[in-house]
Amino acid sequence: MPKIVIDGKEIEFKQGQTIIQAAKDNGINIPHFCWHESLSVSGNCRVCLVEVEKMPKLVIACSTTAADGMVVHTASEKTLSARNAVMEFLLINHPLDCPICDEAGECKLQDYAYSHSVGESRFVEEKTHKDKRVPLGPYVMFDGDRCISCSRCIRFCDEIAKDPELTFVKRGDRVTIVTFPGEELDNPYSLNVTDICPVGALTNRDFRFKARVWDMSANKTICHGCSRGCNIELWVRNNEILRITPRQNDAVNNFWMCDHGRINTFKFVNAEDRVDGPQIRKEGSLSKVEWEEAYNFAAAELKKFSKNEIAFIGSPYATLEDNYVLAKFTASFGSKNIDFIRHIDSSFEDDILRKEDLTPNSLGAEAVGVKPGKDGLNLEGVIKGIKEKKIKALYLIEDDIVSAFPELEEYLAKLDLLIVHATNFNKTTALADIIFPAAAYAEKNGTVVNFQGRVQRLKPAISTVETDRALDGMSMSRLDKFGTKYDRWAQGHKYDSKSTWKIISALSNVLGNKIKFNMAEEVFDEISKTITAFSGLDYDVIGELGAQSKLQAIEKNVNA
Amino acid sequence: MAVKKREKDLTFLEKIYIVEIVKGLSLTLKNMFKPKFTMKYPEEKFIPPASYRGRPVLVMDENGEERCVACGLCSRVCPALAIEVQAGETSREKERYPERFEINMLRCIFCGLCEEVCPEEAIVMSKDYELAFDRRADAIYGKDKLLVPINQLKDRIEFLRSYK
Repeated sequence: MPKIVIDGKEIEFKQGQTIIQAAKDNGINIPHFCWHESLSVSGNCRVCLVEVEKMPKLVIACSTTAADGMVVHTASEKTLSARNAVMEFLLINHPLDCPICDEAGECKLQDYAYSHSVGESRFVEEKTHKDKRVPLGPYVMFDGDRCISCSRCIRFCDEIAKDPELTFVKRGDRVTIVTFPGEELDNPYSLNVTDICPVGALTNRDFRFKARVWDMSANKTICHGCSRGCNIELWVRNNEILRITPRQNDAVNNFWMCDHGRINTFKFVNAEDRVDGPQIRKEGSLSKVEWEEAYNFAAAELKKFSKNEIAFIGSPYATLEDNYVLAKFTASFGSKNIDFIRHIDSSFEDDILRKEDLTPNSLGAEAVGVKPGKDGLNLEGVIKGIKEKKIKALYLIEDDIVSAFPELEEYLAKLDLLIVHATNFNKTTALADIIFPAAAYAEKNGTVVNFQGRVQRLKPAISTVETDRALDGMSMSRLDKFGTKYDRWAQGHKYDSKSTWKIISALSNVLGNKIKFNMAEEVFDEISKTITAFSGLDYDVIGELGAQSKLQAIEKNVNA
Repeated sequence: MAVKKREKDLTFLEKIYIVEIVKGLSLTLKNMFKPKFTMKYPEEKFIPPASYRGRPVLVMDENGEERCVACGLCSRVCPALAIEVQAGETSREKERYPERFEINMLRCIFCGLCEEVCPEEAIVMSKDYELAFDRRADAIYGKDKLLVPINQLKDRIEFLRSYK
């Protein structure tokens, strides 16, 4: 392999790589604004200037191809003074409005102004004024003053979202970014521009001014929006999710995620209609009860039915662990009537990230045994059975069967027993006899399997009544560490919910069966021992970036 | 036990005390006619100098609006985590304002770092030192108690500027 020397350190690179890429792969960070690993090279910010021996002038590391034997200095006197000069130019027209800018705290310009700048401006003339507060589309707000014209957003729309919507207009210090006439920045990936914008010129309208970045904790987990399973971070303050950002995983989502995932998949967690504590229907209306009472009541009711009168519905929204324990629970009744509802919307799929399966774990649910046994009823059979009154009891986890099959509403109302695990009240819980409050995906440990057959870890980001940020290993902001029960900023509501696998194990113990798990990890260990597709995997192997299982990647139109 | 010897014995005059008592009483008497340093608080109030750090307050500009843009730096720098700020959006020129601004006076240690870090000169230490409350909830001052018209704070603002 060819080698170059950067700051005295000899590193190997692949033929054709640029200096900046080769440096990055070896852990050397060369300052840059306009360069982005996944975008084409533009070379307009000039911050990545480096000194290369035997070259007459400084060169930009982002568009200079590395050559064997090159000697590069990224911190020589010449480089530093050039970098300071470039920073001074960039800061000439950049407003000093960090206090009101959402980017503050995660702003590249701010960081570099600290580390690579002289700290003072010699510019006494008035700064240029451009349009502020321009909504470029439904989710993105643009501030012309702050823009440093790096063109990352333009290149993103052209190259990644494949929907050219943005362009530069005017020249010199009047240059600004607009959408093409008649166009809006409304492609399904528009919010990624707010992540790659190195300054606060493009901000998320949904998150605008909600919190400072240093007040939140970032929790690594997996997006819930479709079977892609984009790697994400949930940003939490005071036990409330405030925004989602994508996390790099080249095998799954690269640097990106879609707007649907970012905007629509977290608000239900802190919504008004969360189920808070177990509920039992008494004389027609639901009332909140203690867990023990709910378990005892559910157990007593379930005993009244024979194995052919009862059906179980798993959930592709729930984790592997939840579905596995449900499958075990079903088997303990001797029942084979178990299936789950698929949520397919082919109009959602595109050839970038979005998949037509709108659930994070349908491949996994099936793999751990949520499928009808021999002579058991599948979903259609269960529905038919309910209509013909052969099925008298239904046990449903984390799904809304009434919204999926509206014609079932009248039949479910007449069912002898309907037990539902739900995060939020919905049309199905309105008919339920017993509701167990299920922990939302942001409240529990677990794993999901995406369409590629890749097993990925969900980690809790907000605490419930029974979990604790510190003890359960969630990431902690400063406010989390030092808040007391007397501080209003630390009194965020904790829901009384539990993971589905935990509820089912407790219930099965009341019924006298032996499903005993204390941690999600124990459930997964049993899965990896008993199901060959997952053999050899554990939570450590899966890690933050997931691991490939032996499941076949889902072929298109599984359910067509 | 070693007995420590007295360095000097008292003289006869000292021994009879009378002279010393007269000396002491004359000092007392003299001071009775000197100007007083004490005050009859609470009938008389102490008006502190501009350098005094009383409770932190928010500056309300002449137009009746707060200067604060809810940047959260005071909240970040506060060593006692006394300040909570929730920003919101307004149509004003400075598009950000504090929807909620609360200082927990049970946590506040009057260090003045919030004032020092403020980029807008929006939070300053006032001369107000009368802070009694009998319930925890009362110790949390919201915008209603924190906003003080700028003309009552001129002293402090001038003092701050003279040191910048």
